[in-house]
Amino acid sequence: MEHAATPEWAMLAYLIAGVLFILSLRGLSSPETSQAGNRYGMIGMGIAVLTTLILHPVGLPFIIGAMAIGGGIGFYIAQNIKMTAMPELVAGFHSLVGMAAVLVGCAAYLNPAAFNILDSVTNEIHGASRIEMGLGVAIGAITFSGSVIAFLKLSGRMGGNPIMLPGRHIINLALLAGILGLVAYFVTDQSAWVFWTITALSFAIGFLLIIPIGGADMPVVISMLNSYSGWAAAAMGFTLGNTAMIITGALVGSSGAILSYIMCKAMNRSFISVIAGGFGDAGGPVAAGSGIAKPFKAGSAEDAAFIMKNAESVIIVPGYGMAVSQAQHALREMGDLLKKEGVSVKYAIHPVAGRMPGHMNVLLAEANVSYDEVFELEDINSDFAQCDVAFVIGANDVTNPLAKTDKTSPIYGMPVLDVEKAKTVLFVKRSMGGVGYAGVDNPVFYMDNTMMLLADAKKMVETIVKSLGH
Amino acid sequence: MEFLSIFSIFVMACFVGYYVVWSVTPALHTPLMAVTNAISSVIVVGALIASSAAAGGSETSRYLGLLALVLASVNIFGGFAVTRRMLAMYKKKDKKPAVSNAAAK
Repeated sequence: MEHAATPEWAMLAYLIAGVLFILSLRGLSSPETSQAGNRYGMIGMGIAVLTTLILHPVGLPFIIGAMAIGGGIGFYIAQNIKMTAMPELVAGFHSLVGMAAVLVGCAAYLNPAAFNILDSVTNEIHGASRIEMGLGVAIGAITFSGSVIAFLKLSGRMGGNPIMLPGRHIINLALLAGILGLVAYFVTDQSAWVFWTITALSFAIGFLLIIPIGGADMPVVISMLNSYSGWAAAAMGFTLGNTAMIITGALVGSSGAILSYIMCKAMNRSFISVIAGGFGDAGGPVAAGSGIAKPFKAGSAEDAAFIMKNAESVIIVPGYGMAVSQAQHALREMGDLLKKEGVSVKYAIHPVAGRMPGHMNVLLAEANVSYDEVFELEDINSDFAQCDVAFVIGANDVTNPLAKTDKTSPIYGMPVLDVEKAKTVLFVKRSMGGVGYAGVDNPVFYMDNTMMLLADAKKMVETIVKSLGH
Repeated sequence: MEFLSIFSIFVMACFVGYYVVWSVTPALHTPLMAVTNAISSVIVVGALIASSAAAGGSETSRYLGLLALVLASVNIFGGFAVTRRMLAMYKKKDKKPAVSNAAAK
């Protein structure tokens, strides 16, 4: 290959950028070092961009214009987006990386000389570069269309329910085989139709893969797309022989893969079954409609305030419902008032609470909850047995004890928060009608020591805050 | 660069990524996704090469490059800015060290 055209100082600069990206992820090992980590990432990106500009200084006004437009839009979005909208923002950003990878792949195909991938003897694109380019474009296109669907579902512009096409597994497998076959064929024949068919089929499969996946599986999907955007960058890095791109691609690729793994484990689901999609599509109405209405205890905000005021310890369990109703600020106020009364307050976070990894932590941080009051499942689960009140707000499946006992339940085997072990369970829920995403009834609702607080999460917490106030 | 040497960098980086990401605290998983999103925009290098291709090459290729440059820039600036905004919110109010959970990890 003829990548040797890149001067040594530039190769070194790209390597430094790659190392800075590693340091930026390393910084996230604790909140104290995380901001420095983010700065390393920015410096690394700056070095990569500057180095490329010095090597390719043609057409600077247009380049600066394009960066200013994109940068302005990006900065504006980042400053104004609501924290509760973070999952759709990340999905939207993934789609941009995917599309950029596709466009770069197309540009390289149309002008291989600029990318230094032209064989000087045959005047055709190097065979190896064709594979890398084909794969890069394919992964980029899947990332793009998949992320667009994820974005539409997460932002509520498209129903969160899985949409099932008949024979979709066969269609998907056929598409996948077609893409891989064409990438292989591309090595022997660099005709335009091969390249564009690979691109078109990849857009289609990304779309079809995500359409049948429902809302609560989104943490897995969004992590998986995160991973793909990395692999797309890595494939393009091979085409360009660029170390910064390869290191970053590998980092982002493994990061997304690990997050998907953690999310799958937290739901006790295999990655394949998530991707195959359709979880909970039949369960909802059946489970909700079946059986006689069981007796449960409903309470008021005043009752809840009284119980918590007189408790020694309260563990708050937030879920997606808290995000939907934006109750995090009111919740923190409630926590503060309880602490003033001498109550110990902690937060328990299930890994799949919300719509993306770490979703609840960000919202609590936004509401100014100190992060050392927020605990992960395995660190706090044993505390429920000793605590007076478990205050569940907008979470359901992640507290369902059937996951531990009922082998026929679709959520059997999923690690859950043992809220039922608390002396009293206060369960904030919009109404008794709805069941969790998995469509399974939660026996915690009907226990003697459970009090259901049926209202919008934010309104309920605000009323509790008022009654705690006097 | 030889394929094998560049492939070795890739394999090593996968291992580095594996260990670095496992050390990320779960509380910061959302910022992790935002920052990985920002750095995966290093694809901007390809976009810059396409955008600056000298005359003689395909004009379409150059426009595609510029479009890719706009998209990647949205991501770079947006990704790092939103990560910074999120990280600034993670605060610890008590000066006492976190109990038990720090040791458990």
